[in-house]
Amino acid sequence: MSWISNTFSSSIGRKIVMAVTGLFLCSFLVVHLVGNLQLFKNDGGLAFNAYSEFMSHNTIIRIMEIGLVLGFGFHIYEGLLLATKNKAARGSKYVSDHIEQNSPWHSRNMAVLGSIVLFFLVVHLYNFFGTLRFGTPLVDAQGNENAYALVVDAFHNIFYVVLYVLAQFALLYHLLHGFQSAFQTLGLNHRKYTPVIKLVGVVFSIVVCAGFAAMPIYFYFFK
Amino acid sequence: MFPESKIPEGPLAEKWEKHKFNVKLVNPANKRKYDVIVVGTGLAGGAAAASLAELGYNVKAFTFHDSPRRAHSIAAQGGINAAKNYQNDGDSIFRLFYDTVKGGDYRAREANVYRLAQVSVNIIDQCVAQGVPFAREYGGLLANRSFGGAQVSRTFYARGQTGQQLLLGAYSALSRQIAYGKVKMYTRSEMLDLVVIDGQARGIITRNLITGEIEQHAAHAVVLATGGYGNVFYLSTNAMYSNATAAWRAHKKGAYFANPCFTQIHPTCIPVSGDYQSKLTLMSESLRNDGRVWVPKTVEMAQKLQKGEIHVNQVPEDERDYFLERKYPAFGNLVPRDVASRNAKMMCDEGRGVGQSGLAVYLDFSEIIQRIGAEAVSQKYGNLFAMYEKITDEDPYKQPMRIYPAVHYTMGGLWVDYNLQTTVPGLYATGECNFSDHGANRLGASALMQGLADGYFVIPYTIGDYLAQTPPKPVDINHPAFKEAEAEVRGRINKMMSINGTRTPDDFHKQLGHIMWEYCGMARTAEGLRYAKGEIQKLRQGFWSDLKLSGTDAELNQTLEKAGRVADFLELGELMVDDALHRNESCGGHFREEYQTPEGEALRDDDNFAYVAAWQYVADNQPEILNKEELTFENVKLTQRSYK
Amino acid sequence: MAGSNPNAKPMNLTLKVWRQKNRNTEGKIVDYQVKDISPEMSFLEMLDVLNEDLLRKGDEPVAFDHDCREGICGSCNLFINGRAHGPETGTTTCQLHMRKFSDGDTIVIEPWRANAFPVNRDLSVDRSAFDRIIQAGGYVSVNTGGTPDGNEIPIPKEIADRAFEAATCIGCGACVASCKNASAMLFVSAKVSQLALLPQGHVERKTRVENMVAQMDKEGFGACTNIGSCAAECPVGISLENIAILNREFLAAKATSNNLV
Repeated sequence: MSWISNTFSSSIGRKIVMAVTGLFLCSFLVVHLVGNLQLFKNDGGLAFNAYSEFMSHNTIIRIMEIGLVLGFGFHIYEGLLLATKNKAARGSKYVSDHIEQNSPWHSRNMAVLGSIVLFFLVVHLYNFFGTLRFGTPLVDAQGNENAYALVVDAFHNIFYVVLYVLAQFALLYHLLHGFQSAFQTLGLNHRKYTPVIKLVGVVFSIVVCAGFAAMPIYFYFFK
Repeated sequence: MFPESKIPEGPLAEKWEKHKFNVKLVNPANKRKYDVIVVGTGLAGGAAAASLAELGYNVKAFTFHDSPRRAHSIAAQGGINAAKNYQNDGDSIFRLFYDTVKGGDYRAREANVYRLAQVSVNIIDQCVAQGVPFAREYGGLLANRSFGGAQVSRTFYARGQTGQQLLLGAYSALSRQIAYGKVKMYTRSEMLDLVVIDGQARGIITRNLITGEIEQHAAHAVVLATGGYGNVFYLSTNAMYSNATAAWRAHKKGAYFANPCFTQIHPTCIPVSGDYQSKLTLMSESLRNDGRVWVPKTVEMAQKLQKGEIHVNQVPEDERDYFLERKYPAFGNLVPRDVASRNAKMMCDEGRGVGQSGLAVYLDFSEIIQRIGAEAVSQKYGNLFAMYEKITDEDPYKQPMRIYPAVHYTMGGLWVDYNLQTTVPGLYATGECNFSDHGANRLGASALMQGLADGYFVIPYTIGDYLAQTPPKPVDINHPAFKEAEAEVRGRINKMMSINGTRTPDDFHKQLGHIMWEYCGMARTAEGLRYAKGEIQKLRQGFWSDLKLSGTDAELNQTLEKAGRVADFLELGELMVDDALHRNESCGGHFREEYQTPEGEALRDDDNFAYVAAWQYVADNQPEILNKEELTFENVKLTQRSYK
Repeated sequence: MAGSNPNAKPMNLTLKVWRQKNRNTEGKIVDYQVKDISPEMSFLEMLDVLNEDLLRKGDEPVAFDHDCREGICGSCNLFINGRAHGPETGTTTCQLHMRKFSDGDTIVIEPWRANAFPVNRDLSVDRSAFDRIIQAGGYVSVNTGGTPDGNEIPIPKEIADRAFEAATCIGCGACVASCKNASAMLFVSAKVSQLALLPQGHVERKTRVENMVAQMDKEGFGACTNIGSCAAECPVGISLENIAILNREFLAAKATSNNLV
């Protein structure tokens, strides 16, 4: 079975892992965003808490959670490995390098952007997931864990708000390159469809990141 | 006694088939016991190395480039001829043969040319099978175009990069054999001498250009595919590294050099722009299909243009002299290369040349642009126009191109027999390196054809004939001949390194180029040639007493490489002059002003000069011996070319 | 003698050139002045002027690779002012002309930098890794002779044209030099696409892509992250679409070939 490990340890194989996990994580972003839109519902958080309760106790969701962890794990591991290997492949640095004249900044700094997102992710998990899963959260009127209260609490802390919004910018640029790049890596480049994929990628990145960024801003200023 | 040309008996069309049957074969089990050295990895060398390895021989291939893919075959633009008659326009093997012999002004060997035309069809099949992306019609079949004044469409092409695509085909075949271990590839290795044991070629001496090491390589046979010697002129359309060293070293070890004065001057090149100029760039001949060549009618107007006092577009129509259309109403701007070149020179000699130097004529596209529109013109010539603009900063859509003839190809080369063997048994020469197929003038799209014909389809058969008669025991690398040759090479290098004079190799090369271009270029006279001979001898003495180099020979030293090549050009240049001086006629690319018709056209002398002049080296600074191979023409009728 | 433009003024320039004795020694930038450079000169002719000058002074000229000087052989390979082949797009170093620079400019000239391209000397690098990648499978395995007639297999013009466009790669290495990751993917993909598009290449399609990619990785090139610098700097305009084709070919080959390693 050495062909499997050989395939996925080749340069293209690693890219494919990045692309597949990346697109999978994109789908997670959609689910996460859609669910969290319930934060905007003016019911004191009841719907959101119910959703949160479902997500944290449903067996199927819990199984899928393992997939999500693996997705993140591979994406981060391969990403850092590629970044290190690619840096080493250059060898000595150019004395004068004007790479900015032939490519956009964010496409060259996916590891930096990804690391910012990763840092955010750790803080984010500690804030919410950690408290809900391992702490002793309050319960709401319907007896569900009151995730909503946690959100309200966190989003009145200016440091969190700033961190969240900045992280969304990092994610935005990460996605702007990553989304269309994943299709290219999977070999899906066609004169007809690639322009569409690129457009969808831009719209997707902006909508998702704007959606997430709207939450801390909304709570800080209006709740 | 001249060595025989070994042309097989029998009717022209059957010679090659018969010969293939008559040559001796090497037992398949024995092939791996033979080593063959191939020097050069262009079309001729790359194809030969790959094909010989496929047959089972052990091949050692050498190139001074960093990769076999960089040989100058890559720069050929136009296409490759083949007598496929896909266009149903009356082409045939005989017609291609006939056109080539006539185009060469009847100074080529009939049998060789006929074989070339025969195998031309196999070349296309071979290249297609390799994945060479030739141009195709909408129906999916191969496309053709007409070229170089031929009256049929027999040229296969891959946009303006045919040479590149064919070379990459040969390179891929070679790469495959390298991967199989049948070819051992030596890159950045320059052949500096031939090793001859008991009168037979048995190896070469090379210099590793990165480390400076001198190496000995033994083999049962040596194939030289090292290209032409156009860089004798310093400025030419050849690549910067193209040189004559391998061929010249072989010449000094016994291989005769044939027709060295036959050089082709291509009419449509971008003119020289300054003393710093390092090479000249060709603009494809196809441009003459639609461009009109002109100069101002008067010297006064030309001078105004030279000084920039008037813009070319301001020259009134009735002040323009479309001299090719005027002198050759039948062919107009499409006269053959030699005629077009000579006429451009005449105009400039009269003082009617343009550009700041006065050494250029106009190639004007305004009429075709008016007729079919700039867009349609761009479809045809877009890449050439862009290249011209890049180099000159002038837009050919808005003003005429300036063009001038430049040295492009050398028809002369090592003398070979029908088997492509030189006068040294075991030493073969293929492609532009030999003299065999183009006579005194080469037709367009024929160089690629000859290189591949020799490499893929001729040498694999003919070399077997020689090897079959050679015992399959390893060549003794400890033979004193190797040490002697190596000592000679080292001696030359040490001598050059130790002169410590004041002039650089480029400096000598430029001066040699000026002499050659002035006196042995487009038009030659006995008086000029005699003067040139003296000048070259003086220059050569200067070289060996005043050369300046730096660094050491044990490292990458590009100036040292250059010096070695210039040293050989300085000897070859004199032989070219001798050859031009002895050939008291004008034919093809060789135009002696004393021998012309009243209208100024080339005047051949078939009674006295229908022969190949094969020069035999004797000793340094001694005149070479002239040997003559009489040419007999049984299948074509010798006529005076006329394009009126 | 001078060129088309009688008003072109000669320039004086400062060159910062990478000098390195051989692949085992450290290199450094050395400053040189060149005077009276005509705007009509090519960049390499400007370097010729520098080298003649150095040689006359008894210094060692700057080693650099070049040959055809008409943009097709792929020998020339200079990293000029932070860009592969200099500031003009779609242009090899030899076709770059001095009119793109101005009097008084400082020009930094470096070799291609990649672990897989060790420096031979000064500005000359060893690109034999490219040859080894082609040797791993960049060919159609046909021997000389015995091939079918050229018109036996019709190939749609569009396919032939696309294959040609991929085949125009000159193997200069600008893609590797300009890629942040020193990836050779554009080079490899050009050959893989050419032969994947053409029917002649189909027979060995799977083994070809598997072997060429394995060799590419072995040579120490980086992995592609779809930045696009390579295609932007490619002097002959090889498109990124080829890399997608390479990825596709690789995936398909790995998924369906009988190769167990």
